[in-house]
Amino acid sequence: MTSSSRTATLERAAPSGLPRLLAGYRPDESMSLREHLQLNRPPPRRGATRRGGPLIATIEAAGLRGRGGAAFPTATKMRAVVQQRGRPIVVVNGSEGEALSVKDQMLLTSLPHLVLDGAVLAAEAVGADEVVVAVDRDTRGALASVSRALAERRAAQLDPEVLRLVQLPTRYVAGEETALVQFINGGPAKPTFTPPRPFERGVGGRPTLIQNVETLAHVALIARFGPDWYREMGTADEPGSTLLTVGGAVHHASVCEVALGTPISDAVHAAGGLTSEVSAFLVGGYYGSWLKAGVAWELPLTNAALRAEGAALGTGVVYAFPAGRCGLVAAARVTRYLAGESAGQCGPCLYGLQAISDAMASIADGRQPAVMAQRLHQLFDEVRGRGACRYPDGVVRFVATALEVFEDEIWRHDSNGRCLAGEPPLLPIPAYDGRWQ
Amino acid sequence: MKTYRLRVNMIECEAHGVCAELFPERVRLDEWGYPIIDSEPIPKALLQHARRAVQNCPKLALILTEE
Repeated sequence: MTSSSRTATLERAAPSGLPRLLAGYRPDESMSLREHLQLNRPPPRRGATRRGGPLIATIEAAGLRGRGGAAFPTATKMRAVVQQRGRPIVVVNGSEGEALSVKDQMLLTSLPHLVLDGAVLAAEAVGADEVVVAVDRDTRGALASVSRALAERRAAQLDPEVLRLVQLPTRYVAGEETALVQFINGGPAKPTFTPPRPFERGVGGRPTLIQNVETLAHVALIARFGPDWYREMGTADEPGSTLLTVGGAVHHASVCEVALGTPISDAVHAAGGLTSEVSAFLVGGYYGSWLKAGVAWELPLTNAALRAEGAALGTGVVYAFPAGRCGLVAAARVTRYLAGESAGQCGPCLYGLQAISDAMASIADGRQPAVMAQRLHQLFDEVRGRGACRYPDGVVRFVATALEVFEDEIWRHDSNGRCLAGEPPLLPIPAYDGRWQ
Repeated sequence: MKTYRLRVNMIECEAHGVCAELFPERVRLDEWGYPIIDSEPIPKALLQHARRAVQNCPKLALILTEE
């Protein structure tokens, strides 16, 4: 056997097309370290100096952006950490507070080593000697899989970094970066005032690189196959593939991997197609925006295209809302849940979201809907931009776009009283135990 | 020339309303009593008022930033 053919059998060939992240994925089964190494080979370490490792430039060339919701350039975040004084630390953000999104939980459950490879490679690139893997304590499958994966890596002495698991409370804002840091540091999982930002002073006072689970899985592949491969799909500004959680009125609610720029209609087909006519799509989940079905259907899934319609990709949720059902009743239920998820630290968020929720409930019940719709617009102005974090802004966007998209429903409620198209309830409300610690 | 702006730490703020009383040129209160702050740079002529509001906040939640 020649050396080149041996290389070919040892190294995973750069996959052309899809799947990328989901190669070797088996539902509800965790890929063992042995299988992972067979498929992917060990994480390709390339060293780092005090000014960061070569992987940062590679990620920059790939144009990778975070998949936790904010779509911030990953390399920029890494550089910001490297430029601080003190030994950095890496946090894997596995808090998937977005109720409609399960893609991170799925990666942690089925492909934990891909995520952990990304984490240790990112750690090497920024010069971190420690990785905290933060997982929602209610996602039992993900927790078990990550625990086992960490034990496997330790037994195999695969990583020079110290990796430890932290279990997070199930709260919407627990994954907000400052909340995550405060919790890991022993406090409640509530956001803190900034500055300092975590990249300046985070876990244990150290410069902290916080990356979403899916983002790190992309890092693991970019480190292996390079930026040109990464850019083979997607758009020039938003390259690569992304995971979506497609749900609602579709035949197979599921996580799927698509190229960025794929139209929403194709994502729906990947989930088995629509089960009924739809009136609207909720894109980005409860932290996202409602779009009329006609507007959304052919819209490419990029932030550029979505922004033009007042939406964003967020965590990659696409939820199809069936026609003939009342979007206002559904949105009012979710709003009540979201108001309850305020950390309650900032007055405008605590009182404002409660007032918004009350006004939505009033509309849903047919009590003065027109007056309440006006009241809501005043509340949006009073609440937007006034929290220590961006949580209240997201709730305002959810409610404001619901009002826009389901505007006709408001008038129907005005003349008909209580809406009958609200039952049975649509849009899931997560159960949680209410603890922050 | 330095640029001064007013900010509030909303986590600390308890809606005492002193800021709006001492610096009504730039601070008004929402319906729950929390300050809505104009984030435009503060001109020199108003700096004294801004400083007095900062010093008298009972929660020390008002911040004057300079760039």
